[in-house]
Amino acid sequence: MATGRLERLLWGMGSAVVVVYALLPVVWIVSLSLKPGADLGDQRFLPRVASLEHYAAVFHDPQFSAALWNSLGIAGLSTLAAVLLGMFAAYAIARLEFPGRRLMLAAALAIAMFPTISIVGPLFDMWRSLGLYDTWAGLILPYMTFTLPLAIWTLAAFFREIPWDLEKAARVDGATPLQAFVHVIVPLAAPGVFTAAILVFMFAWNDFLFASALTSTDHARTVPAAIAFFTGSSRFEQPTGSIAAASVVVTVPIILLVLLFQRRIVAGLTAGAIKG
Amino acid sequence: MLVVTAYPMLYALWLSLFRYDLRFPGERRFVGLENYLSVLSSETWWQALSNTLLITVASVSLELLLGFVFALVMQRALIGRRLVRTAVLVPYGIITVVAAMSWRFAFDPTTGFVNALLGLEGAWLAQSGSAFFVIIQTEVWKTTPFMALLLLAGLTLVPEDLLRAARVDGANAWQRFFRVTLPQMRPVIGVALLFRTLDAFRIFDTVFVQTRGAQGTETVSMVGYNALITRLNLGLGSAVSVLIFLCVLAIAALYLKGFGSDMSRREES
Repeated sequence: MATGRLERLLWGMGSAVVVVYALLPVVWIVSLSLKPGADLGDQRFLPRVASLEHYAAVFHDPQFSAALWNSLGIAGLSTLAAVLLGMFAAYAIARLEFPGRRLMLAAALAIAMFPTISIVGPLFDMWRSLGLYDTWAGLILPYMTFTLPLAIWTLAAFFREIPWDLEKAARVDGATPLQAFVHVIVPLAAPGVFTAAILVFMFAWNDFLFASALTSTDHARTVPAAIAFFTGSSRFEQPTGSIAAASVVVTVPIILLVLLFQRRIVAGLTAGAIKG
Repeated sequence: MLVVTAYPMLYALWLSLFRYDLRFPGERRFVGLENYLSVLSSETWWQALSNTLLITVASVSLELLLGFVFALVMQRALIGRRLVRTAVLVPYGIITVVAAMSWRFAFDPTTGFVNALLGLEGAWLAQSGSAFFVIIQTEVWKTTPFMALLLLAGLTLVPEDLLRAARVDGANAWQRFFRVTLPQMRPVIGVALLFRTLDAFRIFDTVFVQTRGAQGTETVSMVGYNALITRLNLGLGSAVSVLIFLCVLAIAALYLKGFGSDMSRREES
């Protein structure tokens, strides 16, 4: 089986290339963040000496700490709200035959693919008159709009796989509908709910357009917007080191999520598209 | 849920019929389709539209090719399969602004390693052609994983028996891929392309971070953003928003026409 071994070697090399390509910019930004200020322009891929000065600078910057807190809070609350509401909608879609069920899924998909810029303007105008501009709620609401469909799709795909007869069995044994739901369905649904939560969190954590358009101060500005506007003051003297360090800090949670829940994320991403 | 998107969209439609500039709020008045006329007769809009289409077509087709390579690697690799899947999720998960920054610094003539590596000089983002290259390659890096994972899921749906039968009939690997695997995967490819095209069409973050629209790289989302948020011209900006929405509808309609029969057939099965 000489060809078999050769083939395996080739696929192995292919994997190595894919891994390097996928991780290259991440390694690069880490390396950049570790270069001391004087070495930032040395054009080397790896730092000569490592220093944590940029991290110290970033964490001393009140703007960044505020942005990090805003990001965590806004993404966390959006996730919680979207997944809770999404659970009820997905439950209805998976369990009940009601007219417009398919239409609801299609509408959810359409909204997920909606051009975000199209509602930024009206929201900007409305939020200013409602006093939601530059507040947490002012970002959580649009995030929910875009993540709720994502949550519904993922959850509906997972819920369809659940053996619902177990619920009936629990009812026969004398459980109330609520008990049947809490004790039988919730444990079965938990993995799907968790997957949806991860995907929703990633979306809210990533958003830049809403964050840059609907906030103006530390009050609600999230990390992506803060990083992008680090450069705002002067085009010629960029705080490269600080940007790199801040970028690494906000990438860490994503890397952790990916490492811990790789399987779940893959399942969640493909569930909606393939089974839908 | 519908209310939260449909209402602002209708409101945008409403606003787009007014002359409404937040710097001169007193001058708000109904102007009918005048905003649309001025957008559609401006060079900025058409330039941005062709930029956006260029970025969309180039990045989505590269992603499809590369995505297939990734998907095949992920399917066949026996050693380190978990590692590959984990590594591939990193670009998917990373914040777009961060990815754009990282690539911008990499291509930067003073901080970057790319020029040193290739023995080149010159500022990539200071010229139109190379700026597009950097933007497109950032998009490809960031979103190929998504494409690859969808395609991988599609690959696992191709029946093994069919491939084995083709092999017995003497089809080589190439023929098996093009004659058996690809036709089987048509619906999945359709869905993946639709998702990615609509997503690529609204590109904003990468361009904003890398060039801010300089060197003629402005995209339609940026035109909208600049009119709405930078110049506070809600009437004109809303007209741009509505036009972008119509473009997205048109793209979706084209796809549904091309792949629609596959998609609905799959739904029924």
